[in-house]
This record gives sequence, structure tokens and C-alpha cells, in this order.
Amino acid sequence: MKLPRIKKNETTVLLVIMVLVALIMIVMNSGMFLTYNNLKGMAFQLPELGILTLGMMVVMITGGINLSIIATANMAGISAALILKAMEGSPTMGILTAMLVCLLVSGSIGLFNGFLVAYVGITPILATLGTMTLFNGVAIVVTEGYVISGFSPAVLFIGNGSVWGIPFPLLIFIGCAIAMSVLLRKTRTGFSMYMIGSNSMATKFSGIHNNAVLMRTYLVSGLCSGVAALVMISRFNSAKSGYGNSYLLVTILAAVLGGVSSDGGFGRVSGVVVSLVTLQLLSSGFNLLRVSSFLTTAIWGFVMITVMIINNIIDTKVKRV
Amino acid sequence: MENQFLSMQHINKRYAGVQALHDIDFSIREGEIHCLAGTNGSGKSTLVKIISGVEQPDEGSLITIDGNACHHLSRMDALRYGIQVIYQDLSLFPNLSVKENISMGETMAAKSHFISWKGNHEIALNAMKKIGVTLPLDTTVADLTMADQQLVAISRALTRDVRLLILDEPTTALTKKEVNALLAVIKDLKKKGIATLFISHKLNELIEVADRVTILRDGEKTGCFPSSELDDKKIEFHMTGANTSYTPYHVSLASSGQPLLQCSQLQKEHNFADIDLTVYPGEIVGITGLLGSGRTELALALFGLNPPTSGTCYLNGKKLNLNSVGDVVDAGVAYVPENRLVEGLILEQSIAKNIVMTILDDHLTKFGLLDEKRLQESVAALVDELGIKIPSAESAVRTLSGGNQQRVVLAKWIATAPKLFILDNPTVGIDVAAKSSIHTIIKELARDGMGIMIISDEIPEVLYNCNRVLVMNRGRIIGEFESSRTTEDEMQSFIDSHAV
Amino acid sequence: MKQLLKRHETYVLAIIIIFSLIITSINPNFLTLENMFDLLKSNAFIGILAIGVLFVLISGGIDISFAATATIAEYLTVIVCLKIGGSMIFAFLMAIFIGILLGAINGYLIDRFSIPPIITTIATMNLYYGLLIVFSKGKWLYTLPPYFRSFADIRVLTLYTKDGLPYGISIITVIWFALMVLASLLLIYTRLGRSIYAIGGDVISAQRVGIRVRFMRIFVYAFMGAMAAIAGIVQALLVQTVAPNSIVGKELNVIAAVVLGGASLAGGVGTVFGMFLGVMLLAIVQNGMTLMKIPAVWYDVFVGLVIIISVGFSSWKAKKSKVTSLIDVQEQSPQEKLSVQGGIS
Repeated sequence: MKLPRIKKNETTVLLVIMVLVALIMIVMNSGMFLTYNNLKGMAFQLPELGILTLGMMVVMITGGINLSIIATANMAGISAALILKAMEGSPTMGILTAMLVCLLVSGSIGLFNGFLVAYVGITPILATLGTMTLFNGVAIVVTEGYVISGFSPAVLFIGNGSVWGIPFPLLIFIGCAIAMSVLLRKTRTGFSMYMIGSNSMATKFSGIHNNAVLMRTYLVSGLCSGVAALVMISRFNSAKSGYGNSYLLVTILAAVLGGVSSDGGFGRVSGVVVSLVTLQLLSSGFNLLRVSSFLTTAIWGFVMITVMIINNIIDTKVKRV
Repeated sequence: MENQFLSMQHINKRYAGVQALHDIDFSIREGEIHCLAGTNGSGKSTLVKIISGVEQPDEGSLITIDGNACHHLSRMDALRYGIQVIYQDLSLFPNLSVKENISMGETMAAKSHFISWKGNHEIALNAMKKIGVTLPLDTTVADLTMADQQLVAISRALTRDVRLLILDEPTTALTKKEVNALLAVIKDLKKKGIATLFISHKLNELIEVADRVTILRDGEKTGCFPSSELDDKKIEFHMTGANTSYTPYHVSLASSGQPLLQCSQLQKEHNFADIDLTVYPGEIVGITGLLGSGRTELALALFGLNPPTSGTCYLNGKKLNLNSVGDVVDAGVAYVPENRLVEGLILEQSIAKNIVMTILDDHLTKFGLLDEKRLQESVAALVDELGIKIPSAESAVRTLSGGNQQRVVLAKWIATAPKLFILDNPTVGIDVAAKSSIHTIIKELARDGMGIMIISDEIPEVLYNCNRVLVMNRGRIIGEFESSRTTEDEMQSFIDSHAV
Repeated sequence: MKQLLKRHETYVLAIIIIFSLIITSINPNFLTLENMFDLLKSNAFIGILAIGVLFVLISGGIDISFAATATIAEYLTVIVCLKIGGSMIFAFLMAIFIGILLGAINGYLIDRFSIPPIITTIATMNLYYGLLIVFSKGKWLYTLPPYFRSFADIRVLTLYTKDGLPYGISIITVIWFALMVLASLLLIYTRLGRSIYAIGGDVISAQRVGIRVRFMRIFVYAFMGAMAAIAGIVQALLVQTVAPNSIVGKELNVIAAVVLGGASLAGGVGTVFGMFLGVMLLAIVQNGMTLMKIPAVWYDVFVGLVIIISVGFSSWKAKKSKVTSLIDVQEQSPQEKLSVQGGIS
């Protein structure tokens, strides 16, 4: 009876903070914040981190963690870039093949993670630390540390174009968020992910095939990295190992801030979206104020700690009553 | 009269408006073996907390310990008077050696900040000598059996000057032989003048060694009796305030009836051997035997979680694939595990989610998505059918009582309309009223034609709820009883005659 | 012998020996004193961080923020030393003070508000590191106080190559080893050290025997902070420049080294010797690749494989033994297991 109420509070706390942040930013930036350009800028920046966070979230719901999401994205991005370069002669086929290969590579790495976690039995944090290092390495070996750059306009559209004035990456993100939400709330696999995250022994004794669910979890996480990779190479107009490394820990932060339990079993896409918007509001607002982006990083950390402390205090209060 | 070590008068304790203990008088003599019995929620753990100084009683209490009178004990007082508690979970450090576990209390109490490993060795050896056991001192505790871990916990308690040793549910995880060894240790302590207080809801094993038994019910003391005056029936009466009357289960098997389950020559090394088993629809078959007889192993095998190395099983004439839980469940087998809290339920998640876990496949829309409306309807129907008392289907299972939690587990499986229902100690840790209602549910399921297997170490439970009882020992079925043609005593002596 | 085979360290040592043999057979320069001394010097930085990580892992926690702590301690100390002169001792003491402070904040947040350690330290990493870059504006420091140079050149043992070039055991190596010995003594022979194992094994049991869990948690993270700070100064001594962004990003490598050395992320397990072997294993892979003329781009690939294979191996073993124990140990005593077996055969 108590648990759902705490969960509700968490989202409420976050929503209040989001509104507060938005108001503060609007006041501090007197008129510059609510401009079309600023909002559009935010809409272009959010999706990369957003899609990666979805990939982190789904694994965290099963009680795991995926440290290899960035390495997977880079590996997939580099594969796609190599195909695009090799097939420059036939652009349409090139793009389709590149997309396919991108998802294939990221999906395979995801399945490999799933295999290590489910069948070999390695703790997720160590398994994905290993694959992170491994595929970072493979990416460096394949590119020899160089940048692959210069893609056709069609490719660039993915990360930079707009449809009816809405940035295309934002549409991709919304699509991913809806798909993830449906997966988690409306499918057997999604249902089982939450249950496994809470108690994998009980799911085993209920006839749920834990290993299959875990394989799918890491597959989905890998595919998120693949989609993020397409947006990334398009926005940077290049691919390289090591892009976006700083996103890794931020995705965990964003997921937890959005109410995903680091012990597994709980977390909704809506909470994560609110958390991503809050982080983006902070980042864009400070950017307009010409504050160093690193101060933004610091403030992200500060907000995170504050929210966790507030939640803890509410939690103990509720328990006492 | 012998010397009183501890005597308590007018002990009251209220928690947030609930009277946990009501005017309890309680005493322990020096060197006495005393049992404290009661169902869950009877107040026995609150009383232990007061004796060990973890909680303080309300105003007006009088405690006399070792001739000194006071109102309450602090944790430090209790330790100083030599009161040591061994918790049910033993409170050991699984990652540390036997030696260090035993000496840990001394290390923490010592003035020196440094560790003397030689000193620890001495402490551990001395403590083990007190109870006359030898355990490998450098072995990690996680590698020991439950019984040995318990001896480590007792040894640790004995490193100090102990006058009263409190053991919380000490026998639940032990085999008969291990229990006997434990009781021998306790009798030995008695000779040294050390009193022991057992807290238990299962008394039959302890009654022989106990001097007196105090029984609590709903926070009140129903009495303190010399153990010679008590037997199982009387204890149960004092614990529950009612005599449970069992209505024996009879079933008339149509002679032409096809067997529901037919297993032959199931075998798995270290687990079970030569298992031939037949269950007819509508039957309730009991399996009993001591802890370690292989009953749970066999149940897990039938549920696909412990595949046998050889042998075959047929359900309704179709061969069961015992290598896959999924296949077994699809074929119509359900299993209620003994460890409800770990294996049966997801405590943090809602009642509804726990119940629908097994039936997601039957509740899909035409797009293959979960049909939430129908799922809700199914949950409501099951909650209603089994009489589960809940505030809302969205509440976490953690918030329910033991009996209602077990009904959630039953609902989860009844939802799948199984043909064969295996229940492993289905009423362990559940109070008596809830117990009999669970038995009623089980019998109704059998009357509707389900085949049921109940595994239990309580002979009355299988005898009065099953039409047929199998006795297992060391991985084999060694005896079969028609419950209408046998008695508790006959079965008990049969089992005892095979126990080493 | 059986005891040895059970120990994780034995396996790591065996792998190190095999690697060493392979590398030596290709390039004999590997097994020279000069190369060994150099390895022990250049890995002191990672090695000192690893001591702190080991403590945190044994206590059942994890720390992601230590690289940020190390950088802040290093940067602030060098700036202050440049301003006021100071000395090497002062530099170390000041850095340690900063490290303890930042670490203690982690420990307090983790214990008081029961925020999972990984989340707390990711947040504080962002906080600490972000603030550092903001206030330092990301500037590198190229000139260090003169005593940083002279101290770094101290050798406690000097030998000469055939060409007459000096080499030997650096003071930095000595600092690392002294800290390892100290940490080892602390873990094995003090109540404080045993309490760390105890809370890593079972927090509630620890509380029941009277261990002050909050103090222990704060101590462990403060100790991690102190080690990070010393490592920060050692890094400055090694490279003779201070870059605000050079250490952050290495956190996970250090954790990997400690886990390779047998510490468990579940807590309660780990030794200083094992941690040393873990650090050396990764160092030898890197060093060996250079000596065998394998392009440096392959380094991460090898490290990734080493992590996956070695952790995979031990996890697989644990998983296998768990599957049988789930049923056997709970229900049967060893004697009875034997007799069932006897009955069947």
C-alpha cells in the first residue's frame, strides 16, 4: 500500500523541480529562453542522450546496468560510416544498408551482453565493463583512431533535418520512447523485465524464462544504441571511437533521476522523459547565460543528490506514518 | 525453589496503538531449558526483544535479574548479565572464517584496536570446547552446512560469560539428526548452569528436553506449564485457543480412471532414486519424510527445475519434458514453493502483478499486447474466489499477512487451471486459522478433479488432508499409507524407525 | 596445495607468469630489472588508486568519483604550492586533507540518505569535476614547484645499464609499496580493517556485534579520497604537468584491475596482494604489447578480452556450484548425500 505512493511522490518531486527549473530559466534569461530557436536547439540536443538513456533504463529495470551503450553506439556508428563511405556510388542503397548494418551490429553486441549476463552469469556491471573496453578497442583498431567523416545530405537529414518544423531527431526520440513504453507496459517481455528486476528467483519459479527475457533486454538496449548511433554520426557528420563517452554516466543519472530504481523492478518512460527535459532545460538555460557547460554538469550532479535526498526524507516519513 | 535468574512482572508493550504484550509475567531459572511458544504475531519476538534489551517495556514493568530489580534492561545491561541471542538468520559473516566469526564479539569488545590472530584462535578453540565440537577454524562460514553455521553462532555466543542463551527458531533449517546434535549441546550447557530459551512455533522436537513451556497468544500469556504436562494437541489449543478438527479427505477412485501422473524410475544422483509415482485425478497425495529425505528435490524435478538423469513421467498419457519449466507449466503442472518469500512472491510488486505472472499468454489482444482490462477482471475474480483480503490489487504483496500472501501464490497457479498441483509445505509459518482455510481450498480443488501433491514435514497435515501418504527417506519412497487406515503414531514410529 | 588452488590470487599469478613467458620469448627485454622497475614506477598511480578502490569494494560499495577527487586534490595543491612555496610533505598533507573531505562527503551521503553508492558517486563525480573545470577554466599547469622535479628523481637504489645510464627503484615505487604494506596491515591486523570486511559481509550482523556502520562507511570513502589524493600528487610527479582532464575517465579501468585481483562487487572479499596482481596483469599486457611491437590500438581489445574471460570464468564456476547447492545443501547434510549415492550405486 505504501510503495506505489512513494513512487508517485518521486515523479511529483521531479515534475515540481522541472517546472521550477523552467521558470527560473525563463526569468533569468528574460525573454531569450522561450524563443523558437532556443526550443529548437533543445529539441535537437535532447534525442541523443534521450535514446541512450532509454537503452540504459531498460537494463536497469531488470536490475542490471549497461556500461557498454556508448561503445556499442560508436561501434555501430563506425560500421554504418564505413558502409556509407564504401557505397557512396549508390546513396539510397547505401543508407538503407548502413542503417541495417548499424542495427545489426548494435543488436549483436546487445545479444552478446545478454549472453554474458544470462548464460555465463557475469554481474551486469562487469560484463558490460568488459564489452565496453573490448568494443572501444575494436572501434579503435578498425578506424586506427581516425575520424570517418563527410556523408551525403540524406544522411545528414537524420540528425539535422526537420519535418513540419519539428526536428527529425526529436521525432525519432518520440518514436523510441513510445515503442519503449509499449514494450514495458503492454508486452509479456516488458512485464517480465520488471518482475525479474524485483526477484528473479520468483519469476523462475513462475515459469518465466529469465534468460530469454534478459537476452531481449540487452538486445533492446543494444538497438537503442544503434538508433542513437545513426543520430550521432549524422549530427557530427562523422564517426569515431570515443564520441559521446561523457554521456555514459549521465544516462545512469538521467534514468535514476527519472525514477528508475537502481535495484531494478521500477521505472517508467514518462519519468525518464521528464528527467531528460529537466536536464536539457538546465543545460540550454545555462548555455544561454554563457555559463560553462561544466557548471551545468556540476549542477546536474547537485540536482541528482538533492532529488535523492528529498526522496529519502519522504520515504522515511511515509514509513514512520 | 530453584534460583530465579530472570523474573519479569507486569510487562506491557504498545506499538502505535497496538497492544503487543499485555501484562505478562515471565521467569527463567538458572540452568533451565525454557520454551517460548506462540503463533506469528503472538508477541513472542517482542518479549525476546525486551529480555535482550533491544526494546524497552512500557511504564510499570518490574524486571528482576540476578537479584537486582530494575524497570528495563538496556542492550549493554543484557550483555553484562550474560544474555546472548542467536537470531534465526544467525547473524554470521558468510565471507569470514569460522575463527573470526566466533571471536568477532570479543574483538569488538576488546580495548585494543589491533587483532591478535593467535588470541582469536584461542578464543575460538575455547568456545568450541565448551560445546564439545570441532569445526575447521579457517574455513569460510559460507562453505559450512546450516547446522555447522548454527554451532558457530552458538560458539560465538559462548565466548562471553553466558547465563542465558536465547535461540530464535533454531530448528527450522535442520535435519532430525542435526536437531538431536543441537539438543545434546543444549543439555550439556544446562549442566554448566546456563539457561536456554527457545523461541519456536514448532515444539514437538523441543518438548523432550524442555523443563517448562510458556505459551503466548495475541500478546497475552495463556500459561506456563511443565513440559511433562503438555502434548501436541494441548500446545496447539493453548496457542490458538481452539481445537483444530481435521476432516479427513476421502476420494473414491473410479476403477477405470486413467492415472493423471505416472512416473517410473526417476533418478538423480545425490537427490533421489527409484521413484515410481502415480497420482489419479481428484487425489491428494501427501509426501512426508524428514528434512533431507529428497522430497523437495523430487518436487522440483516434477516441476522441471531439477531434471532427473533418468526415468520418465507421463501427464495424462503425454510425456513430460522435465528439462523445461515452461513446458511443464504448459502441460498443466503448478508448484507452490516452500520458501514463499523468496521463490513464490515478488514482495515489492503489486498483488495483481504477482497473480497474472503465469497467465499473460491467455490475456493478449489481437495485436499481441497485454489486455489490461481482462487481466484486471481475472485478478478480481481470483481475489474473490480465494477470499484474499486486500485493500487494493495495486498494493505491494509485502503489505499482506502470511496467510493472504500464500493465497496470492495459490491464486497465481489456480489461474492457470493446472491438472497437477504440487504444494511444498504450503502452510509453513501461517497461523492456524489461515492454515485450515488453505486446506479447505486445496480440498475443493481436488474435488473438482485436480491431482494434488502436498509435501509436508508435519504428519497431521498430510494425514488429515490426503487420501494417501508416501514416506520418503534418503531419496527413496520407503512406505505408503492409506490415511483412512493408519494413525499419527503409526506413521511417526515408522519414520523414526528409519531415521538414523 | 588445495588451499592454494582455491585462492583467486593463484590463478591471476599463473596468468601473469604465462603472459610473462610469452612476452619474454619474443622480447627478452621484458624480464630485465630495468623494465620491471619502470613498470613498478609508472603503474604506481593506478596502483595507489586501486588500494582505495579495494577498500570500498570490500565494504560492499563502489566509487566512481575518485578520479575527480584525485584531480581536484592534485590541482588545488599544486596551485597553493606555487603560491606559497611549501614543500613535498606539505603538498602530500594538503592533498590528503582535500581527498578525505571529498571522500567523507560521499560516505555521509551514502549512509545518511541511503542512496546507492554508484548513484551517489556518479553524482558527486559530476559535481566535483564540473566545479573543478569551471574554476580552473581547464588550464593545464606546466610549471610545478621545483621540489616536485627533484623529489620525483629520487631513487632508493641506483643501478647502471651497460651504457652507463642510471636506473633503479624510484621513490614513487616506494610510496606505492609502503601504502600497500600499510593497507595490508590495516586490513589484516586491525579492528578497523576487519570491520570493513564485516560490513561487506553482512551489514545487519555488523550492527549487531556493535560495529558503527556509519563511521565505517565514512571512513572507507574518506580513505578512498586520501588514496586518490596521494595518487593525484604521484601523477603530478610522474608526468610533471597537471591537466584537469587527464585522470577522469580512468575510473572503470581501476575498478576492473581490482576486480581482476579477486575483489567482489558484492563486498566482503579482496586482498591487497590480489589487487596488486590485478594492477600488474593489466600493466604487463600493456607493456608486453609495446615490447612485442603490437600496435597500441589493440590494447583495449586485449584488456576487454582479459576482463570478459577471467571474470566470465569465475562467474561460470560460481554459477555451476550454485545450481547444485540450491537444492543439495539446503536439504541434505553431507552424510546423507553420501548415503543416497551409496544406495544408488
